[in-house]
Amino acid sequence: MAKKAEEKGFTPTGVVYKSTKLPKPTSKTHDKLGLKKKDLLNLYDSMYRQRRFEERAAQMYQKGKFGGFLHLYIGQEAISTGVVHALNDDDDLITAYRDHGFALARGATSDECMAELFGKATGISNGKGGSMHYFKLEKHFWGGHAIVGAHIPLAAGLAFANKYNDSDRVAVCFFGDGAVDQGALNETFNMAQLWKLPVIFVVENNGYSMGTAVERHSAGDLHKRGDAYGMKNDIVNGMDVFTIIEKFQEVAKDVRKNQEPWFLEIRTYRYRGHSMSDPGNYRTKDELEEFKQSDPIERLKTYVLDKKLVKQEELDEINKKIDKEVLDAIDFAEESDFPEPEALFQHVYVEDDFPFVK
Amino acid sequence: MAELQFREALRAAMVEEMRRDESVFIMGEEVAEYDGAYKVTQGMLEEFGFKRVIDTPISELGFSGIGVGAAMNGLRPIVEFMTFNFAVVGIDQIINNAAKLRYMSGGQIKIPIVFRGPNASAGQLGATHSVAFEALYGHVPGLKVVYPSEPGDAKGLLKTSIRDDNPVIFLESEQMYGLKGDVPDDDDYTIPFGVAKIKREGSDVTIVAHGKMYHVAQQAAKELAKDGIEAEIIDPRTIKPFDMKTVIESVKKTNRCVIVDETHPFCGIASEVGFQLQRDAFDYLDAPVQRVTVPDVPAPFAKNLFDLWLPGPKQVIEAVNAVTYRS
Ligand SMILES: Cc1ncc(C[n+]2csc(CCOP(=O)(O)OP(=O)(O)O)c2C)c(N)n1
Ligand SMILES: [Mg+2]
Repeated sequence: MAKKAEEKGFTPTGVVYKSTKLPKPTSKTHDKLGLKKKDLLNLYDSMYRQRRFEERAAQMYQKGKFGGFLHLYIGQEAISTGVVHALNDDDDLITAYRDHGFALARGATSDECMAELFGKATGISNGKGGSMHYFKLEKHFWGGHAIVGAHIPLAAGLAFANKYNDSDRVAVCFFGDGAVDQGALNETFNMAQLWKLPVIFVVENNGYSMGTAVERHSAGDLHKRGDAYGMKNDIVNGMDVFTIIEKFQEVAKDVRKNQEPWFLEIRTYRYRGHSMSDPGNYRTKDELEEFKQSDPIERLKTYVLDKKLVKQEELDEINKKIDKEVLDAIDFAEESDFPEPEALFQHVYVEDDFPFVK
Repeated sequence: MAELQFREALRAAMVEEMRRDESVFIMGEEVAEYDGAYKVTQGMLEEFGFKRVIDTPISELGFSGIGVGAAMNGLRPIVEFMTFNFAVVGIDQIINNAAKLRYMSGGQIKIPIVFRGPNASAGQLGATHSVAFEALYGHVPGLKVVYPSEPGDAKGLLKTSIRDDNPVIFLESEQMYGLKGDVPDDDDYTIPFGVAKIKREGSDVTIVAHGKMYHVAQQAAKELAKDGIEAEIIDPRTIKPFDMKTVIESVKKTNRCVIVDETHPFCGIASEVGFQLQRDAFDYLDAPVQRVTVPDVPAPFAKNLFDLWLPGPKQVIEAVNAVTYRS
């Protein structure tokens, strides 16, 4: 509904949006970025796994195999994949509820991720968390957080501990454009800069906070929030995995060396609705189609085939392997047991014998 | 009288009050252009325009406080939370400002604001999305707390809430939005706070149940009736003020009481009602008061655990068996 010219209002409206505009991708070749054939295949493998996993998860959800919310990362996989490649394995990652991609990219198995969706004891959070709360501490993956913005201070806390312990680990915090509007972000930015914490804050600006386009919910360019605190910041193309790798190699190096935070605004797009129940009436088909033209998986595929770095058969082989892996994960999830009833009272406190009130 | 869904009854209350009083407006996440995350505000933007139906960023602290400030300055805001689980982000504004500024200003300030939205669990949404907040808000002096269970009550109580000059916490449930019921059309259909309703008459046991749990109590009562036990069900409808008088009158007749409450047991609604019963109706009780609540643990995700966690008719029947010494 457009606003009439004379009508008074508060929230911006009536604009025809291009919800998010992509900055230029890097012009660097894989060589320049130090990527070998093995790396290229790994990147493809990881992105394809995330995509396939979620496509199947959506099917299972529609079949009624599990309940809860399901938010898909499809379209944004270059970010998780590029970041995991660029960072050290013991750097700390934390994200919001759109978390399947990050967990898989960080080496969580399709089995444990699928089982969590099904609420099984074999799931990545023992069936206690569900889709929005994947945790895998041994991979330095700190979740999976469903209160918008609430994990931003946690990331600074992870970084605080790293600095306190003289570790050179870097913490990276991902959140959506909607989270930029939370007070927690502003308080955390101030302290992270003041205390010079080794943390990279990353807003995955996919154009929408649920049904609200970014221009309708946030004043000014998102990355410029960093300016207010003197925090280094930049805008990055999130549809191109090479660009992500380049930027994160550079930024992580800077953070590790100078022990200072960064704020990156990554422009990207989610292909699916906000969650499974969102019809997506707030955006145009054209916009969606346009972003699909810069699909991160297709882009990498075209690159490696055009440059004859990889043969089509090699990619087919990966697809086949992963298709099977994900189908097997569904079997694994279905066949796994639910948690024991006693699990209800486990993990509330550290003690096993806490005197719960009846 | 019309048959309306719960969400339509809420909408009718807001629309009528907004037509009646220019100073009433609504704001919240996705309330305007998206027509409401749960379609409660559907069509309201169309009728009232962008000035009075306002989409907010995900800034619960900010817009709760903006609401309180606007209320101090003469407006009557309705603040919709996508769910009350997210109101926790803005709770400082509710507990420290909305609830206390009148008191601290020696009565100079008036804060006619309604905070409304879904409360408690709605299936397997995980621990942070499943909390029942009526006990927590009920604990805070300065707030009134409403949690209706049926569309007719919802409309009348929401109209009362909007007209009330105090901050009101108005709790709903995603799972009840589609529920249908008779709703009076009358533009001035308001229900006073602090008046419980006996929704089923019976002589064997009193069951006190509000919000979503009211429906669980009804299911249990049907089962119990097959066994010859007639339960009297009292829906308090408002948590604060709470109509203990009606409960006590009922207990004088049945001599037994079970409280069904979706909050946790420690410091919950049931603890308070149970305490007042033993203090004020001790001589009438033939059995210790029993309660049915969610356990003293956060909501789990797994379906089997969730089903164990959320009370159902079975637990209510067990509690009734205990107070009637049938087990
Ligand atoms: C504090 C809080 N308010 C509201 C919500 C409901 N909610 C969940 S996701 C979401 C939109 C967030 O959008 P964005 O941050 O852009 O992330 P994206 O979904 O695009 O990944 C909203 C409003 C919530 N989970 N937490
Ligand atoms: Mg977004």
